[in-house]
Amino acid sequence: MKFGIVVFPGSNCDEDCHHVAKDLLGCEADYIWHHDTELKSADVIILPGGFAYGDYLRAGALARFSPVMESVAKFAAQGGPVLGICNGFQVLLEAGLLPGAMHINRGLRYVCRDIHMKVENVATPFTSLYEKGSVVKMPVGHMEGNYTAPPEVLDALEREGRVVFRYCDAEGRVTDEANPNGAARGIAGIVNELGNVVGLMPHPDRCAESLLGNDQGLKMFQSAVAALATR
Amino acid sequence: MKVEVRVYPREGVLDPQGKAIAAALGRLGHRSVLDVRAGKVFFIDVAGSDARAVEADARKMAEELLANTVIEGYDVRVLQ
Repeated sequence: MKFGIVVFPGSNCDEDCHHVAKDLLGCEADYIWHHDTELKSADVIILPGGFAYGDYLRAGALARFSPVMESVAKFAAQGGPVLGICNGFQVLLEAGLLPGAMHINRGLRYVCRDIHMKVENVATPFTSLYEKGSVVKMPVGHMEGNYTAPPEVLDALEREGRVVFRYCDAEGRVTDEANPNGAARGIAGIVNELGNVVGLMPHPDRCAESLLGNDQGLKMFQSAVAALATR
Repeated sequence: MKVEVRVYPREGVLDPQGKAIAAALGRLGHRSVLDVRAGKVFFIDVAGSDARAVEADARKMAEELLANTVIEGYDVRVLQ
């Protein structure tokens, strides 16, 4: 069981993800440089947070042309589990591996704080260990997390249960006040049609051990291990 | 040749930056401002002398990279 963590120039959560996979879960973990085209026989691919290519042009816009992304797209098309966290989510959107796009936050400010979100889909390889409808607390840190997509795409996401996480308050109420960035319909994370590519703005990698005051993100990584064990 | 590609939020798409700029202009006393949409402009030097080919090329650049067509529109103008 091996995690492959893609490193773009400007990624800055790659070590956090590596730490979770290797030190906390005892799995194999390897960095995959964005120029590589080999995924080093990783069983699960993580696109970590950060500012790939300095967010030039648009967040994620240039990273999608990295040589590694062609291999990631192939891996995803074959059903391989791919998780995009924050900037990684933005890269997945720009690469067309997930639908939609990101606007700048509606408050025009970088938002860095804990949020709550509801786990609405527990059938993905990254959420199977959560309880459906449960509320989890995770930190966000982003400038462009204001998710948007054409209305028919949003409707399809809802209809097909592909909204994985939705911002809510601590009691699980989906309100406008609980939405940190203005994301359409409070969407914090989604999954692709095939069900194996997940992207979310909050950072499970930053809340994966109680030493840091919150370990509610660990289950996302554990879910991936469980999913692969039963495959 | 020089070609100019303008990229901007699609009509009707939320533009938080444009909204903030409109509000700031209003605060500065520009009370005639009704709405602002904020975009980007790219000035591109290209080899070639066929304006139609250059324009077609620039459109392809806009579609592939310069604009995110989920939320942005674009237009292309060959300058010389």
